Amino acid sequence: MNTPLTLFDKLWSTHAIVERDGETLLWVDRHYVHEGSFHAFSRLAERGASVAEPGLTFGVTDHYVPTRGRNKPIPNPEIARMVSQLEKNAADQNITLFGLNDRRQGIVHVVGPELGLTLPGLLIVCGDSHTSTHGAFGAFAFGIGASEVAHVLLTQTLWQKKPKRMRITVDGRLSDGLGAKDIALAIIANIGADGASGHAIEFAGSAIRALSMEGRMTLCNMAIEAGGRCGIVAPDATTFDYLKDREFSPKGEALDRAMQDWIDLKSDTGAQFEREVSIDATAVAPFVTWGTSPEDALPIDASVPDPAREQNPERAKYIRAAIDYMGLSAGKRLTDITIDRVFIGSCTNARIEDLRAAAAILAGRVSKVPGLVSPGSSSVKRQAEEEGLDRLFRDAGLEWADSGCSMCVGINGDVVAPGARCASTTNRNFRGRQGAGARTHIMSPAMVAAAAVSGHLADMRPLLRKV
Amino acid sequence: MEKFTRITATACPLPAENIDTDQILPARYLKLPRKGEHGKVLFYDLRFDAAGSERPDFALNRSPWREAKIIVGGRNFGGGSSREAAVYALYDYGIRCVIAPSYGDIFSQNATKNGLLTAVVTEAEGRTLTAALTREPGLVVTVDLEAQSIVCGDLRYQFTIDPARRTRLLNGWDDIDLTDSFRDQIGAFKAADVRRRPWASPATAATRRD
Repeated sequence: MNTPLTLFDKLWSTHAIVERDGETLLWVDRHYVHEGSFHAFSRLAERGASVAEPGLTFGVTDHYVPTRGRNKPIPNPEIARMVSQLEKNAADQNITLFGLNDRRQGIVHVVGPELGLTLPGLLIVCGDSHTSTHGAFGAFAFGIGASEVAHVLLTQTLWQKKPKRMRITVDGRLSDGLGAKDIALAIIANIGADGASGHAIEFAGSAIRALSMEGRMTLCNMAIEAGGRCGIVAPDATTFDYLKDREFSPKGEALDRAMQDWIDLKSDTGAQFEREVSIDATAVAPFVTWGTSPEDALPIDASVPDPAREQNPERAKYIRAAIDYMGLSAGKRLTDITIDRVFIGSCTNARIEDLRAAAAILAGRVSKVPGLVSPGSSSVKRQAEEEGLDRLFRDAGLEWADSGCSMCVGINGDVVAPGARCASTTNRNFRGRQGAGARTHIMSPAMVAAAAVSGHLADMRPLLRKV
Repeated sequence: MEKFTRITATACPLPAENIDTDQILPARYLKLPRKGEHGKVLFYDLRFDAAGSERPDFALNRSPWREAKIIVGGRNFGGGSSREAAVYALYDYGIRCVIAPSYGDIFSQNATKNGLLTAVVTEAEGRTLTAALTREPGLVVTVDLEAQSIVCGDLRYQFTIDPARRTRLLNGWDDIDLTDSFRDQIGAFKAADVRRRPWASPATAATRRD
């Protein structure tokens, strides 16, 4: 009998071309590029080379695009240049671009899956760390830097050292109103922001199987915040249903053939993982962050840690610096932290299900603070409007905008003011992430909505309506 | 890419954990083209206050660390965003080596492509090194990639690095040239793969996988 293989082993060997010096040259099935990929296109131009596989390369404008006034020219000339540079590079290289005014525009990690470009069994890269998102489909997907983007543009391949394998099993049923973001933060708080460094993570267990594709994408998106090389969920009926009749997904005979391959995309019984972690879903509470790393996460009923009680002096110093930056005091109850604004958006939590979860809490209530809602894609925006969610957000006092990376990274001009505190559905509470001096608390869409209507961090569970 | 073999230089301790790439290069500077000037915005919000004045308490603003070519960092140095400009910022400032217990994987990979060594030591070794440099800021550190050794006064450590990354740095190799030498294998793989996984090409797009 053959050695039992992990899902990751299978994905790896399918793409391996040659080995050399402990590294493997891997074939890339999809390469997504965005405005930030300009360094790589410059390198291509320096070499006078063209893109090796334009049919496997897709461009999306997301990082710099304005979320307001789409029908007018972009007012900021630098931002306008970033967007037009990608348009020019895509046109010159014969790459399909989902540009600013394309109906399919949105955040790359929302658009790829939505269009059926992201499929089980593929190797997918993009010059963005949250490329791990696509692993939700049973793809091997990871973020790369500009040099690697240039390498893929030129060769459609990449040299990689095989990561170790790690399985995170989440069993049990989540409490009502909790979601993938709570699982993700519980995991990161448990293993640390570098806890999965050098590892490919497979998420398994009954709580993962119960997640929708949206939830699985949120979870795999956050795999990078645990330091993982990638996050993967084995494809199943939920995956196959999602992929039906998407613009670029296989159909007819090609689909039958694909299904024969996809059905095998799971870890064999007895497959060995270098590391195993188990999480009890029934014990997961709504999580929020208090500090400046996603590992600084606690259940909402906890308090800001006290550095004086910390045994490790380096850790104590870290906590002191983090709560100083965040303008908090040791021992303060998390639910006593008042906020200045909210943001609902990003590749982590701006899909239709996320907007529904936030809108359900906001419905019939008023936000005590200003806030911005930026749907994950133009298509999510249209669907939300068909469902009337935009009205619920607007009636609650929040601004309903167009799709882009927006206030998650703040480079399109949507920023949190210095010193202001934002409850955010995003992925990083790093210092200055949402703007210089901004203070970010990350949490699920339902928890952001609860914070909005409360004016402070709050448990969303008492705000859930019985259906 | 410039080779890395051995360096003897001032080393600046930045022992905080989780110095992410947003700290190394704030996102608002991502638009900068590559002209060798990213060093000016290295650690911008840690180095400068809102008015643009240097923060005197930030180690890199103090003598002799201002001239450092080595940084001794904390756990998870360079975690977060895949921005390669974080490496450009360190490199353009003059940093050639970071010594830390762990790194963001993508940061470390980007570093290798630009001639910046990311040496891995244990947390205890990092702490001892930081303490020695804090006591005696003028101490120079020698990092030898061939021997995988770090020498600082009486301290002597072996660091770890992935062998393939080590070879690349020692030779200053460019991956693209290396990959070009496997052109035939890539072509053969592609031809076989299109038969093996016909569904892997995007359904409605015109592709060149023929």
